[in-house]
Amino acid sequence: MTVSAPAKSAARSTKQAPLPSALRVGMSRTGIELKGFFREKQAVAFVLTLPAIMLVLLGSIFRNETAGHDVSVGALFAAGLIGGGVMSTSYQNLGMSIAIERDRGMLKRLRGTPMPGAAYFIGKTCLVLISTIAETVILIVVGMLVDHLQLPHSAERWWTFIWVFILGTITCTLLGIAASSVPRSARSAMAVITLPFVVLQFISGVYVPFTFVPPWLRDVASFFPLKWICQGLRSVFLPAQAASLEPAGSWELGRVALVLTAWAVAGLVLCLTTFRWQRRRDG
Amino acid sequence: MVLTDEAAVRVGDLRKRYGDLTAVGGVDIEIRRGEVFALLGPNGAGKTTTVEILEGYRHRDGGTVSVLGEDPQHAGRAWRARIGIVLQLATEGESAELTVREIVRHFASFYPKPRDADEVIGLVGLSTKARSRIHQLSGGQIRRLDVALGIVGDPELIFLDEPTTGFDPEARRAFWALIGELSGSGTTILLTTHYLDEAEALADRVAVIADGRIRATGTPAELGGRDARAATVTWQDDGERRSTQTSEPTRVVAELGARYGGEVPGLTVTRPSLEDVYLELIGGQQ
Repeated sequence: MTVSAPAKSAARSTKQAPLPSALRVGMSRTGIELKGFFREKQAVAFVLTLPAIMLVLLGSIFRNETAGHDVSVGALFAAGLIGGGVMSTSYQNLGMSIAIERDRGMLKRLRGTPMPGAAYFIGKTCLVLISTIAETVILIVVGMLVDHLQLPHSAERWWTFIWVFILGTITCTLLGIAASSVPRSARSAMAVITLPFVVLQFISGVYVPFTFVPPWLRDVASFFPLKWICQGLRSVFLPAQAASLEPAGSWELGRVALVLTAWAVAGLVLCLTTFRWQRRRDG
Repeated sequence: MVLTDEAAVRVGDLRKRYGDLTAVGGVDIEIRRGEVFALLGPNGAGKTTTVEILEGYRHRDGGTVSVLGEDPQHAGRAWRARIGIVLQLATEGESAELTVREIVRHFASFYPKPRDADEVIGLVGLSTKARSRIHQLSGGQIRRLDVALGIVGDPELIFLDEPTTGFDPEARRAFWALIGELSGSGTTILLTTHYLDEAEALADRVAVIADGRIRATGTPAELGGRDARAATVTWQDDGERRSTQTSEPTRVVAELGARYGGEVPGLTVTRPSLEDVYLELIGGQQ
């Protein structure tokens, strides 16, 4: 792959220079997305450390509680907050940033250039992956220091961790892109995109242990992906006997994969059918 | 390069409706290659709708459109690489935390044969700001950055939608010089504006649009028969201002010269300004 710029004179002398590939422009987008994101220092600090701060707080408040079966409260919250963190960087931050870029006319300007549409999404996806990994690593390190969180101790658990993490990130990324088209303006994006996420965090086992959630709210949560991401992560970070605390009495990993895949497909269809490069009033 | 199509832009009977509102009601425009063409009109006249159809942002309801030999509605990336668009609203760029050079280089990466980023930054007068972050720029500097992003792909045709709105007079003059340079290098430019002095200073030809229709097309000097209109000769006579309308101002001035035996006190000869003609063209329809 010729990533370095070709000699200008050679490129100019040819009559029809080839258009740069979507992958190459996507890498260029990734660079600009990362610079734009990581230079907003306060926003970065907020996004990357919020789950870790929540873990310290929740772990301190519920220190004397036990979830039963020798399950540490710290590990319980850590698993939930990793899940919430995945959805926060992918669904929430991504959805908000696209809504703002659309409202400011940045998407419209990009659409007026020969940039391939796919390159924009490559850039966003790479940013989501990198920021989600960074945030998760911070969370796990803090959990290990403060709450005696233990890393997965078998290859099988690592494998579960990896596929739940990646599938969850892909699903929430697609849903974030789809959700970005719902708000009419950047100002309403906060409410439209964040509200459902906050509600889901309370009923899906992020801020409140899932066993404490009333059964009817658990049923509601079961329709959405966050509950399944958190459940998959509990199977990674909690002792095997904790499976009996789950409503189903087991980790249901097959169902986790099924539900997340179904949401990913739904998200993809929504993205392909509803994504707009311009504001609504721009026609 | 083989020119298969003499005209850069050819529009025939273009129509666009939004519900009951007719935004564009049968517009014909032809822009030659290398020409600077200004589309003048009041707000809501159909300027932006017309231009956005040419840019491929909107679909038309009727008529024919050819831009650089292709229909914008179906044109792909290769066509987009040949045009440059500067939208009406100044944006804060990709992100306020990027530098001018970073964002210009980034946009250059979209094109098959872009101009050199630093050369483009110099052209828009932002060389001293190349390392500055976008949030440190003034409104006029951001607008010039918008232009840099529009031209970095080395386009054959540039769309400038109200490029100098909100500029101070000095910035506007500097911007005009930039447009002159681009035009001098053979780039075709379609400009929309509601500043008449801007159209007069920059455009080879002007079209006045009102209520979705072209009211007149011509060079700024001859628009609406301006050159053939009666001139007004005024002079000072015994402390009193006198004036006369004439189609032969030279003869009137010669007669006055003979009458006063030399210098005519307070002599002026004026023709209707572009603004007079413009107001008449758009006013007659409202």
